[in-house]
Amino acid sequence: MKKLNVLCSIVLVSFLVVTISVPAWGARIKIGVIGPMKYVQGKGHWNGAKMARDEINAKGGIKVGDEMMKIKLVKADSNEILNVTDAANAMERLITRSKVDFVIGGFRTEAVLAMQDIAMENKMIFIGVGAATNELCDRVGRDYDTYKYWFRGSPFNSSLLAKTAFVQVGTVAAILQKNLNIPKIKIAVVGEKAMWVEGMIRACKVFLPKMGMEVVGIWRPSPVATDVTAELSAIQRSGAHIIFTIFSSSVGIPFARQAGELKIPAVLTGINVEAQKDGFWEATQGMGNYLMTMNTYARGVESNELTKAFVDGYVAKYGETPTYTSDTYSAIVNTLAPVIEEAGTLDADKIVAILENRVYKSTSGTIKYMKDAKGNHLHELTWGPGYLTSLAVQWQDGELKAFWPNNWVAAKGAPPITYKGMVPYKIPPWMIEKYKK
Amino acid sequence: MNLVIDIVISGLISGSVYALLAIGFSLIFGVARIVNIAHTAFYMVAAYCIYYVSLKMGLHPVWGMLLAIVLVSLLGMLCYQLFINPIREHEGAVLIATIALAIAFQEIVSIKFTGTYLSVPSLIKGYFTILGVKVFYQQLLTFCAAVLVMAVLWVFLMRTRLGLAIRSTAQDREVANLMGINEARVAMFVMGISVGLAAFAGAVVVPLTVLEPHMWMPPLIMMMAVVVLGGLGSLKGSFTGAYIMGFAQALVVFLAPMGAYLKGSVALSIMIVVLLIRPEGLFGVAFEEER
Repeated sequence: MKKLNVLCSIVLVSFLVVTISVPAWGARIKIGVIGPMKYVQGKGHWNGAKMARDEINAKGGIKVGDEMMKIKLVKADSNEILNVTDAANAMERLITRSKVDFVIGGFRTEAVLAMQDIAMENKMIFIGVGAATNELCDRVGRDYDTYKYWFRGSPFNSSLLAKTAFVQVGTVAAILQKNLNIPKIKIAVVGEKAMWVEGMIRACKVFLPKMGMEVVGIWRPSPVATDVTAELSAIQRSGAHIIFTIFSSSVGIPFARQAGELKIPAVLTGINVEAQKDGFWEATQGMGNYLMTMNTYARGVESNELTKAFVDGYVAKYGETPTYTSDTYSAIVNTLAPVIEEAGTLDADKIVAILENRVYKSTSGTIKYMKDAKGNHLHELTWGPGYLTSLAVQWQDGELKAFWPNNWVAAKGAPPITYKGMVPYKIPPWMIEKYKK
Repeated sequence: MNLVIDIVISGLISGSVYALLAIGFSLIFGVARIVNIAHTAFYMVAAYCIYYVSLKMGLHPVWGMLLAIVLVSLLGMLCYQLFINPIREHEGAVLIATIALAIAFQEIVSIKFTGTYLSVPSLIKGYFTILGVKVFYQQLLTFCAAVLVMAVLWVFLMRTRLGLAIRSTAQDREVANLMGINEARVAMFVMGISVGLAAFAGAVVVPLTVLEPHMWMPPLIMMMAVVVLGGLGSLKGSFTGAYIMGFAQALVVFLAPMGAYLKGSVALSIMIVVLLIRPEGLFGVAFEEER
């Protein structure tokens, strides 16, 4: 009996020793996916990452040195839309308890800034897929040693978002002027009260008049406002032809719905994140028709040769069009996986050194990380023809159609750019009725 | 002139929504001294009920609204019996229990419907133009409903036996008990009516808003401000306070568009100013006399 006990003890101790000393039990790369998981944005984060994991694991994993390592995802609900502290705690848990190797995701700027600090303290590579504020990458330029583990995955920064939105609104303005004989376009700017919007509002004041448009007013509703009829009445009163929206929160839904239902004689342009989702049509009861927003993906539209396979695969798997937070797919498949293979290690410093100098294709364009004027790394996405441009999409009778870039000439003498799958922009009938007399 | 019309119409409409919510909240506080933080959570449950019946079951939204009012009223009475009545003598505990209830509802809805933004179709689609201002028929319905509910509630309280019992209980709970009124039962009925009013508010307001599990929080703050401004427990005060808040918000949006997001803060500041001048609220004295 005594011998049996000794034998059992030896077996138990051996098992424990083996378990503890071989943490790579089945050798996996742990990637933390952080986002507001109860919301569509977080759902996009998670779905994109799952798709990437399944694809890579089906091929046997990622080659790290001589070993093939499969991906294990760790889901973290940041609850960041409601509570920034929850987001910071979720990041802390991912790093200290789940002991992930990389983190991808994040959505709300205020929360991502907090999460970024925690990740950087722990020298953890964090690829942001959702927040747009410039500050996230400016920090890399200012304090490279601390913030070099941060990379922007999607979308490009607020300034570039504004630049793109201005190009797109210019396109719409030209269409209105041509078709409705409006000599000078009046534009109302409506931006939710949020940090990422501030820079864009300042840019609107400067650039829209330079583009030949008259800014008739700037409205700043709460991001969670549910009734914007007062704002819409005031906008209608201002005589605006275009409403330039800057929304990433729920206010985008009542604004579009009420504007459509009241048939406000002005077209909706700009950025409305809620309108980028398939559920928008139902959420607005079809009143969001003719709304235009900047977007990353649309069914049938190809930014490059990688787009179609991703969009079609995503639609087949989840029954909906991917949004920009689904770029967690690209963050794993196009960003992390090749760099890990090249580095042959999971060492963050070695991966950063390779990644920041790499130029590669993602599902929405070509990625090249920018440097500032002094040549410092920013880990910021390059915008423009040949790199990332985004799309301008419009809701047309229940379907999200892209109409830009279509013969877009980015600079004098540059070749025109057209992505596959573009359709013409449609002016709402009530606008035509009012102005085409 | 046009600006004034805009402000008046916008103020009347948002004031009506607050009035519908605040009256129910005020009623249960006036009668049973229950500060029901879950009041707007019942409004949220009603909204989701309407969504489920009209969009998932495919029935006409009117059925959803009727079902929501009945079910939510019963739910309110059940919650009162199970969670509030046993601890009613401890006002602090009641307050915490209702907060817990609200969060429980929020989480249940969150699990069932996720955080996706949803909406329901309007009962009456379209809009009409009054003095150059476009107004949804649904908004007109909300305004009329608020006035009608107030009138019905007044008739109910003043002309029925149950109304008499409710008023007696509100005046003095112990004496009402000695007079043979089952005060606990009256409180339960009032809870049902109060929550039913929240459900009714949900029914008429929900086509104008966005459904999400936290939709109960913003109106809660405004509703409590309305009730405090009007005088705790005073129905007349709630009604008046609601329109003051509604007009304050409209003024901000139209006169300071860049500060439209401050409309809630400005309304709350008005409440603070009024309370500094008149700590019992606008109709607080009348309310004290009634009790």
